[in-house]
Amino acid sequence: MAALMLRFCCAGRRWTLSCVDGAFRQGRGPLTGSMSSRIRGQRSVAQHSFTTAQKLKKGEREWAAVVGLEIHAQISSNSKLFSGSQVHFAAPPNSLVSFFDASLPGTLPVLNRRCVEAAVMTGLALNCHINKKSLFDRKHYFYADLPAGYQITQQRLPIAVNGSLAYGVCIRSQHSQVANKTVRIKQIQLEQDSGKSLHDDLRAQTLIDLNRAGVGLLEVVLEPDMSCGEEAAMAVRELQLILQALGTSQANMAEGQLRVDANISVHHPGEPWGIRTEVKNLNSAKFLAKAIDYEIQRQINELESGGEILNETRSFDYKLGCTVSMRDKEGKQDYRFMPEPNLPPLLLFDSESLPAGADPQQVINIDQLREHLPELPSQTREKLMLQYGLRPEYSFTLLNEVGLLEFFHNVMKDTKAKPHTVTNWVLNRFLGSLKQHSLAVSESPVTPSALAELLDLLDGRAISSSAAKQVFQLLWRSPGKTPAQIVSEQKLELLQDREALEQLCRATLEGHAHVVMDLKKGNPRAINKLIGLVCKAALNRADPTLIKEILERQLSS
Amino acid sequence: MTFLFSFFSLDHCGSRLGTKTMLGRSLREVSAALKQGQITPTELCQKCLSLIKKTKFLNAYITVSEEVALKQAEESERRYKKGHSLGNLDGIPVAIKDNFSTSGIKTTCASNMLKDYIPPYNATVVQKLLDQGAILMGKTNLDEFAMGSGSTDGAFGPVKNPWSYSKQHKAKRKEKPHAESEDPDWLIAGGSSGGSAAAVSAFTCFAALGSDTGGSTRNPAAHCGVVGFKPSYGLVSRHGLIPLVNSMDVPGILTRCVDDAAIVLGVLAGHDPKDSTTVQDPFKPFTLPTLTDVSKLRVGIPKEYLVPELSREVQSLWSKAADLFESEGAKVIEVSLPHTSYSIVCYHVLCTAEVASNMARFDGLEYGHRCNIDLSTEAMYAATRREGFNDVVRGRILSGNYFLLKENYENYFVKAQKVRRLIANDFVNVFNSGVDVLLTPTTLGEAVPYKEFIKEDNRTRSAQDDIFTQAANMAGLPAVSVPVALSNQGLPVGLQLIGPAFSDQQLLTVARWFEKQIHFPVIQLQEIMDDFSSVSENEKLPSISLKQ
Repeated sequence: MAALMLRFCCAGRRWTLSCVDGAFRQGRGPLTGSMSSRIRGQRSVAQHSFTTAQKLKKGEREWAAVVGLEIHAQISSNSKLFSGSQVHFAAPPNSLVSFFDASLPGTLPVLNRRCVEAAVMTGLALNCHINKKSLFDRKHYFYADLPAGYQITQQRLPIAVNGSLAYGVCIRSQHSQVANKTVRIKQIQLEQDSGKSLHDDLRAQTLIDLNRAGVGLLEVVLEPDMSCGEEAAMAVRELQLILQALGTSQANMAEGQLRVDANISVHHPGEPWGIRTEVKNLNSAKFLAKAIDYEIQRQINELESGGEILNETRSFDYKLGCTVSMRDKEGKQDYRFMPEPNLPPLLLFDSESLPAGADPQQVINIDQLREHLPELPSQTREKLMLQYGLRPEYSFTLLNEVGLLEFFHNVMKDTKAKPHTVTNWVLNRFLGSLKQHSLAVSESPVTPSALAELLDLLDGRAISSSAAKQVFQLLWRSPGKTPAQIVSEQKLELLQDREALEQLCRATLEGHAHVVMDLKKGNPRAINKLIGLVCKAALNRADPTLIKEILERQLSS
Repeated sequence: MTFLFSFFSLDHCGSRLGTKTMLGRSLREVSAALKQGQITPTELCQKCLSLIKKTKFLNAYITVSEEVALKQAEESERRYKKGHSLGNLDGIPVAIKDNFSTSGIKTTCASNMLKDYIPPYNATVVQKLLDQGAILMGKTNLDEFAMGSGSTDGAFGPVKNPWSYSKQHKAKRKEKPHAESEDPDWLIAGGSSGGSAAAVSAFTCFAALGSDTGGSTRNPAAHCGVVGFKPSYGLVSRHGLIPLVNSMDVPGILTRCVDDAAIVLGVLAGHDPKDSTTVQDPFKPFTLPTLTDVSKLRVGIPKEYLVPELSREVQSLWSKAADLFESEGAKVIEVSLPHTSYSIVCYHVLCTAEVASNMARFDGLEYGHRCNIDLSTEAMYAATRREGFNDVVRGRILSGNYFLLKENYENYFVKAQKVRRLIANDFVNVFNSGVDVLLTPTTLGEAVPYKEFIKEDNRTRSAQDDIFTQAANMAGLPAVSVPVALSNQGLPVGLQLIGPAFSDQQLLTVARWFEKQIHFPVIQLQEIMDDFSSVSENEKLPSISLKQ
C-alpha cells in the first residue's frame, strides 16, 4: 500500500500550523453556513502533504499516516429502502413514518427496487464487481432513534465489492497542478438510515424524529489508501460528483445526505501500521480535512511524547478545532450480527443469466444499467480538455465548484470569445469574486449572458482588457445593467482617434525621458512600462497593441 | 386392529347432519345453512358469543370483539339478503390467535409488554378473512409471544382444555380412585395456540388462526381433538404475525375437519407483496378431491420418531393408522430421518437468536408498555423490558444474545444453521426416494393435567413437546395433525402427516381420506352447555341476551 509519507521537522507542530493556516486561507463561510459555502470551503483544505521536503533533524524519524473512510450516502429515491414512506428532507417531524419504520410488531421489510438500482449504478461507476447474490443482515444495538433495535445492512455479502475511485489532488508547490490518485473501494452495501434524536437539554428530554428512519443508504467503504486530510477530502468530493452525476444520491453534506467516518493511524515508514482511531460524523466538507489532519497530528504528538493510541471512537469538535474521545461503549459494542430472515437473498442478473420470461419488474439487469450510465465526472473533464484545450486542473475546478461548469457552458454558448479567454475569466475573475463575497455560483450577480456579452466586447476590441475588468466590477455592483450600457455610460470604449493617441504617446515619451533612456540602454521591458503609462493616461480606453505600434514608430523616428 | 377403531363414533365431518346442532357443524355445513337461510349471520354470531361467555372459564379468549363481530354479522346479513354473499366464509365466526395484528382490536401476545397495544393495521391473513366476510369473534389466548407448548405461560393465565369437561373424559376419569374432587385436574390445551384450539373445540367459532413455529398449531390441535394445519413456509403471508422465529413461523389453521382447513387455506394462501418470503407463483384455491384409491400412495414411517418417551397408547394408534393405510392398499415404508435427534437443540439456538433480535424492538418508545423510570434511556429500557416480559421470554432473549455474540456466533448459530440444512435434507432425501407423505405422532401422549405440566419448566416442556412437530418447521414443510382417537382417559390423540414443500393440497387430500376412515368422536360438553345442546337446527332458536 502506497501510503504517502509525511515528514515533519519539529514534532509536527509546524505541520499543524500550516494546516490551520491553509484551512483558513480561503474559508470564509460561517461555521454553520449554507451548503454552498461548505462546498466552496472544500477548495480551501490544507495542502500540507506536499509541503514535505523539510529536512529532518538528526534523530528524528519520519511519520506516515494512513486514512480510510466509511461514507454513508443517502440514496435519492421516492420511498424508503424497505417501506413505502416518502423520503423528503425537512418534512414536519414524524410525518414520513410507516408502520414498518416505527417497527410495529408484525411488519416486514420489502426491498425498494430503486435503491438496489442506485447501488448497482454506483458500484458500476466505481469499477466494482457487482455480486449477483447479496445478503441482508441485522446489526443490533439499542438506540432511541433505531426503533427495531437493529439496522438492516449487508455485512456478510454486500452488493458490490473491489472497486476503485480515481481522484485528483492539487499540488500547491507546483502551481496548482493536479496529481492523480486512486483509492480502492472495499465494498458498497445497502443499509437503513436511523431516525434522529433531538436532545432538549433544558427539559432533559430526547425527542425522536423517525422521518429519516429506514431511508436507504449506500455505505461506501474506502480502503486506507489515503494519507492526509486533503486526499480524503478530494476523494470524497469526487465520490460526491459521481453520485450526483448518477443521480443516486444528492450527496448534500449540509442536509446529511453524505456523512463520513474516517479511520486514522500513523506509523514510521517500514514499520507496521499503528493503532487506529475512528473519527465519526464528519458531516461537513469544510471540517473533513481539518479533522483528519488534526487527528494525525494528535496521534504523532501522543506517540512522540511517549503516549499510546487507543482504539477508540472520536468526534470532531468544530468549535475547538480538535477531535475528542466519545467515551461511549459504541466502539466496543458487539453488534450480534444475524442474517435478516425476512428478506430472501438479493439476486441480480446480467443479459446472459436473465431468466427467460422473467417479469421485468421483478428482475434487475446489470448490463442494462451499465448501458444507461450517464457521463461521469472524469469523462466530463476529459471532454473539456479535448474540446476546449483546458488544463487538467481547470477541468477539476470547473466540476468541483457547484454550478460552475453549467455557468461556463452558458457563457461559451453565448460568446464568440475563445475558450481560453472564457476559462480565464470564469476561473479567475468570476470565481475569485464569488470567493471574495462568499457567494455560490447560483447567487452570482453576474449572469452568464452578461459575462458573454462583456467577453464579446473584449473579443471585438471594443474595449480594452483593463476596461473589461472595470466593466465586470460595475456589473457585479449593478446587476441590472448590460455591459454595453456600462461601457457607454462610463465611456470605456476603445479610443479610435489615431491622432489623439499619437499625441498621448508623444506626451508620454516626453514626460518620461528616463524610461526612454532605459529602453535605449537595452532594457526591453521598458516598452511595457511606457505602454502602461499611455493606457493609464487614456483612462484604459486605449488598445495596448496599437499603442505599442505607435510608440515603437515614434521612438525609431 | 380394526377393533380399536370400533369405538370411534360415526359423528364426523359431513355426516349425520340432521341431528347435529348448528354450532357443532363444520364450516362447510354451516356455510351451507347460511346460504339456505336456515340461520342468519347475526343469529350464528350471537350463539357463538353466548357460548364464548359460557365457556369463559376455559380462558380461550383474551379479547372478545363482540361489538365488531355483531357489526360484521349485520353487514354479512345484508349481503345474504341481497344475494351477494362473498363466499364460503361470509358470516362464519372465526377466532384469531392474539399474536396476529388486528386493526383497532387489542393484540397482546399474552404479554404485559403489549397488554394495551391496539395495532393500526390488520395482518394480511386477518384482512383476507375479513374480505371474505368472516366474523371476527375475538383474539385467542397463547403462551407469551407464542413461547411455550402448553398455553400456560401467558400474562392472562392458562387455557383450559375443553376435553377436561367432556362427558368422554369424565366417564373415564371417574374410574380413577383419586379423581373425585371438582375441577382440580383440568388439562392443558397444548400450545402455544391453545386458545385457538380450545375455541374451535368448544364450538365458539368454526375456524381459528394459530401460528406454528415448532408445532404450536398442531400440538394444541392434537390435545383438543381438532385439525391443526401448518402450511408450507412461504405459502401464507406472515405480514402482521408478530414473530417468534421469522424463518420458521407460519400462520396455522385450526378447524373441526380437514375439508374446512382446505377452505380456509384457499382464502389465506398466495403471494403477499408485504411479505417477501411468500412464493411468487400464483395460488389457486382448491376443493379437495375425494380420494378413493390409496394404492399408489407411499407412506413413510420415520423410525427415529419411535422414541422411548412416546406413550404406548399413541404408539399403538400410530401403528394402527399405518396398518390402516396398508390395509387400504397404500405402500407403508419405514424411512430414516437421521438428524432428527439434533432438531431440538438446533431449534433452541436458532429460535432464541431470532427471539433476541425480534424482541429488541420492545423498548417502550414507540408502543407497548413503558416503565415509570426516566433516569436515562438505558434505565428506561431495562425496567420496561423487565416489567414487560415474563421469565421465559427474558430467558430466551438472554440465551439468544449469547449465541449471537461475536465469539459464539460460529460455534452456535452457524452450526445450528448447518444442522438445520441437514435436517431439511433428510426430508428432501426421503421424499425424493418416492415417499409421498410421512405419518408420525403429533405429541408424545394425551393432554396432561395442568398440575402435572407445570412441574417441568417451559424450556423442558417445549423441548419434549415439539419433538415430532418441529422438524417440519425447520424444513418449511406442510404438516397436519388429524385427531384419530380417544385415549383410555377419554382424551383426544392426534397423528401427523407431513408432505413435501408446497404439496399442501396433496397432503390435505390424504389427510381427508385418513380422517374419513377413522371417525373421530365429537366432544360432548352437554353438562356445561345445557341450552346449547338442546338446540338443534330444527328447533326454534332462542334469542340470546348479550348483555348479561
